[in-house]
Amino acid sequence: MSKTITIDGKIIPFEEGQTIMDAAMAAGIYIPHLCHQPEFTPHGSCKLCTVKVNGRNCSACTFPAMDGQDVLSETEELIDDRRKITQMLFVEGNHLCPGCEKTGNCQLQAVGYHLNMLDNHFPLFYPDREIDASHPDVMIDQSRCIFCTLCVRASQQKDGKNVFAISGRGINKHLIFNAESGLLKDTALEATDQAAHICPTGAILIKRTGYQVPIGERIYDHKQIDQVSLASSGSRPDEALPPSLAVETEHVKHGE
Amino acid sequence: MRQFIQDIAENNHYQATHLLQILRQIQSRYHYIPEAAIEQLSDSLNISRTQIISVIEFYSFFHLTPKGQYELLISDSITDHMLGKKDLLDYLADKLAVTVGEVREDGLVSLDNTSCTGMCDQGPAGLVNGYALTRLDRPACDKIAELINRQKPLNEWPAELFQVEDNIYKSGLLLNRQIKQGAALSSTFSRGVKETLKEIDKSGLRGRGGAGFKTAIKWQFCSEEPQTERYVVCNADEGEPGTFKDRVLLNSYADQVFEGMTVCAAIIGAKQGFLYLRGEYLHLHDKLQDILDQRRQNGLLGNNIQNAGVDFDIEICLGAGAYICGEESALIESLEGKAGIPRNRPPYPVTQGYLGKPTVVNNVETFLAAATIAVNGGDWFADIGTEKSKGTKILSISGDCARPGIYEYPFGTTIQTILNECGAVDVLGVQVGGPSGTFISNQEFERKLAFEDLATGGSFIIFNSSRNILDAVQNFTHFFAHESCGFCTPCRVGTSLLKKQMDKIVEGHGSAGDIVALEELCQLVKNYSHCGLGQTAANPILTTLERYLGLYESQLKEISFEPGFDLDGALETARRMANRYDAGAHLAQTESEHE
Repeated sequence: MSKTITIDGKIIPFEEGQTIMDAAMAAGIYIPHLCHQPEFTPHGSCKLCTVKVNGRNCSACTFPAMDGQDVLSETEELIDDRRKITQMLFVEGNHLCPGCEKTGNCQLQAVGYHLNMLDNHFPLFYPDREIDASHPDVMIDQSRCIFCTLCVRASQQKDGKNVFAISGRGINKHLIFNAESGLLKDTALEATDQAAHICPTGAILIKRTGYQVPIGERIYDHKQIDQVSLASSGSRPDEALPPSLAVETEHVKHGE
Repeated sequence: MRQFIQDIAENNHYQATHLLQILRQIQSRYHYIPEAAIEQLSDSLNISRTQIISVIEFYSFFHLTPKGQYELLISDSITDHMLGKKDLLDYLADKLAVTVGEVREDGLVSLDNTSCTGMCDQGPAGLVNGYALTRLDRPACDKIAELINRQKPLNEWPAELFQVEDNIYKSGLLLNRQIKQGAALSSTFSRGVKETLKEIDKSGLRGRGGAGFKTAIKWQFCSEEPQTERYVVCNADEGEPGTFKDRVLLNSYADQVFEGMTVCAAIIGAKQGFLYLRGEYLHLHDKLQDILDQRRQNGLLGNNIQNAGVDFDIEICLGAGAYICGEESALIESLEGKAGIPRNRPPYPVTQGYLGKPTVVNNVETFLAAATIAVNGGDWFADIGTEKSKGTKILSISGDCARPGIYEYPFGTTIQTILNECGAVDVLGVQVGGPSGTFISNQEFERKLAFEDLATGGSFIIFNSSRNILDAVQNFTHFFAHESCGFCTPCRVGTSLLKKQMDKIVEGHGSAGDIVALEELCQLVKNYSHCGLGQTAANPILTTLERYLGLYESQLKEISFEPGFDLDGALETARRMANRYDAGAHLAQTESEHE
């Protein structure tokens, strides 16, 4: 007998060592998330994937699946609170979608759509954070960073470079770059690095590619993030990257 | 500087786990961490510069830009405020001609606020270059200003400025009975370690940090782990505002605390222990080091302790100003030389703690109790207290009472008894367990000190009826926003939102919906935060909303909506630029004000 957990009443098999998120994704169940990508060590910081496990709130991306767990995910309470957590991420930074070139390809925005977020709810912080445009091919707008550390992890775990780190404490957290000057141009980052493409928001952008795909034809202009997320976590490895990233990587490869 | 840093790195065996200790020495010498030092350390410790910078920027006592040669910090605890801290800070700033939060132009002195320094029974308190200053008043400030302006080295400052008293007013089971050095170990070895664990189990001892996990079970879990390299950590990072008992225990009962750690090591099979001492208690460091040396000389630490075949030693690691490091997994991260960000659990420290190895983390008081139980047996302890809370609890009492200090009470004692004995009159309420605990009103003084009623790590702050509860709540809420590590969204953003929302209400900009919004936000932060800090950060608001709703409501304007910011205030810059101060250059906050 294989081991199982229950998510919203549905019985799901899992293998030893899998998290609740792993098991859910394998079974085609989407749990909203931003700081998680299956190929990297789970981080558990955005808290969007919070589910109720036997009555207790846990992060699905880090909490191990255990036989007989009763997991609640799509309850009214959890959906409402995930929306509020998303709103927190919006007000903390400067996420002004109409003026952001990531619009339509942005996972933060797409999660907002998915959770039916219609306003900011909380007062805006309007942080005054730095922009680093020193690098010839990549620019970083810190005011859109949500501290998911995907770039940190991708640079360490995939690119073998360790370009990024999160520094500071509390609301003063910020991204730093591994160069004596502190500038992106002096790091080992290249536009082809996975770290340059993994940002779920518009904090890390590849220069001169912003509007190659017109607004209206972008990923989340047509698809819900749950469909995209489940498709990209599917078994075929060439589909591991969401289409937008695949497209962007293509452009970079061709030097456009 | 190169040689200086080279020597420090060498003394620390080029271990990246010692990064905090290394940075402390550099900060102490240069009053900041220079860029060149970061580059050099990155090479010699073989870690990235970003890792070093992220540690510097995480801890309050490290700085990337120069602070004054005299770094002066004044404690911002509510208890210091109650003793006139604000007035004193202004006075000091005036005397020293320095702006709070800045460095004086000549670089001689910097002045700033800091979170509670654990001197609540003898405040207003502060720190100068890390050393505790107590009982500050205007004459003391005059003296300090003069000493600084004459550039007197700290060792020539009068000792009374640094005088720290124990203030033990009531002793019980633990404080009454100083056990003889080595007695707990010889009892343990003659009884047998397994039997001693049974005694600790029988005693019913639960963790004294506040969470109350059963000590014997924690030790047993750790001893059963397949990994044989194990660690004992004593959590002396007491940062909860209003708590200072560990300061006293380490000042006067350190031998027993170390002995408790050694008993634990013998039981779980650990060879290395750490005392994680909060940076604010730097004044205790040398004394504790001497006690460790003495214990080594007496064969109570080191190889083959008491000829029982047990090897164990203890290292003292100083923190650097981060409340979050009181959380056990954040503390372990800090011990490893990293920013104190709580880990994901499971795995718990008993299975994967320091360097991924099984680790027991306990409070100072827990180790003290364990040592005493090892001598006197479990029943002796379990006879006192309530069904679920055995033994006694050592309280740090501060605020409005005649005799603030240390009191040891059996669990089950009523709050009223405690208030009577410390000389508290006309009491409005008590903050039990510090900001992360519960505020109780004067209708609840028959409640009891116990895990099953009022659990506490030891903080006990008394407010009399001259106090405004909302001032305290505001102070606590700012504290949590300042101390949030920022790892998870609900706490990072939520504690800042709570601060804004609380300020809005207290400053009189609140309107009808704001209390509902406040409570909703509290629940969100409480239910979704990653660790205990976020899960309790809303407690000051929630526990007072429950009891004093009317007080909150009286702060509200009687309109249905009030913007979260001061409309007219926001126009000030524009008015200045346009040099217009006529009525037309002003904006009313709401339409009703126009009418």
